Amino acid sequence: MEVPILKQGGHLIAAIQAALTDADLIRLQDALVEQVGRYRSKGVIIDVTALDVMDSFATRTLRSMAHMIKLRGAETVICGIQPEVAFAMVQLGLTLEGISTALDLEEGLALLNRRTVNSNQSV
Amino acid sequence: MSKRDEPRVSESEEVVPNEPRSELLRQLVAHLRDNRTQLRQEWARRITQASLLTAMSQDEIFAEATTIYENYVDALESGTFEALQAYARNLSERIIPRGVETDEVVGIVLLLRDVLARSLFAKYQQDFALLNRILDAYEPAANKIANTVAVSFVQERERTIRQQQEAIRELSTPVLQVRERLLILPIIGVIDPQRARQLTEQLLRGIRTNRAKVVVIDITGVAAMDSTVANHLVQTVEACRLLGAKVIVTGLSPVIAQTLVTIGVDLAKMNTVGDLQGGIEEAEKSLGYKVVPGER
Repeated sequence: MEVPILKQGGHLIAAIQAALTDADLIRLQDALVEQVGRYRSKGVIIDVTALDVMDSFATRTLRSMAHMIKLRGAETVICGIQPEVAFAMVQLGLTLEGISTALDLEEGLALLNRRTVNSNQSV
Repeated sequence: MSKRDEPRVSESEEVVPNEPRSELLRQLVAHLRDNRTQLRQEWARRITQASLLTAMSQDEIFAEATTIYENYVDALESGTFEALQAYARNLSERIIPRGVETDEVVGIVLLLRDVLARSLFAKYQQDFALLNRILDAYEPAANKIANTVAVSFVQERERTIRQQQEAIRELSTPVLQVRERLLILPIIGVIDPQRARQLTEQLLRGIRTNRAKVVVIDITGVAAMDSTVANHLVQTVEACRLLGAKVIVTGLSPVIAQTLVTIGVDLAKMNTVGDLQGGIEEAEKSLGYKVVPGER
């Protein structure tokens, strides 16, 4: 199932709606990495509220996605991880270290705005 | 069941064909009913003599003894144990809070069994063959009764213990909001793996419902910590981060600090502050609060 990517100001929002197959995840990764450049976005939010399972492949893909987006010049925030999912991930050692996380979409946007406002001012 | 019964019945039929087992049991029950007062008194006397049930008064023992006796004889007669079991549960519920021990309960039931067996000996001592058959009928039922009462008591006690454990567990992990988006979790006492797990669940849920950004976990009241629990703590901090909340751990005692360093737990990911006050101040700072003393 395709993940819609929405452009919101200087940010891109990918809201995952249902469980994804590995191929879907790879497609999402390709699309995001490509569109970050096309829209010259400063931030990307990946909303995983709808996921009640996160396996090692999904975690690894999210992490590499964040790193690729970083290399393309934007910040990534993952938001909406469910409490049960969070604890299961930590127990499996999948901790997404080095990647920003937020409680929900609202928090994620606030976090990105704070960071990009700071970088805008410095220009 | 029926397979096991059949050879016995035929065995007793070989000896006395016209006296089936149920008839023996009926005779036995009639005897126990006729002599109930005397046997009950004897039983109560033996209980006092063996200094069992010291938590109960003489009158109470006699009152309970009366009911148990009736239930006991009923169970012997009918061969069904549900009523006795229910009574045993009910009795256990009343006497457990008063500190009656398992050995006392088992002791009094065994005493009753012995008292009744003695009286059967006395009645049938002339006819040894008949006594044998009476005991054949009496003993399995009596043992089953002793078993039922003991098991009921232990089950009741376990139920009470489980209830108390549950109550303690619920009390033991309060997740409290001290400011908008700031939670504290004071931990007091021993953390076992099960409690640690419950703690984490409640904390994660609390972060979700209160939309917390910062959590202060205070472990001043924790005396010791092993590597399992320490690792669990690190995992909890990580899980909170995945929900977008920052964790500050406060109040690590010197002993715990030493243990953690010795067992080599990776504490680099944890924010630690000396005491709860410092932790809350730090949290307020990162939330953008500034505490200013007002005019007095």
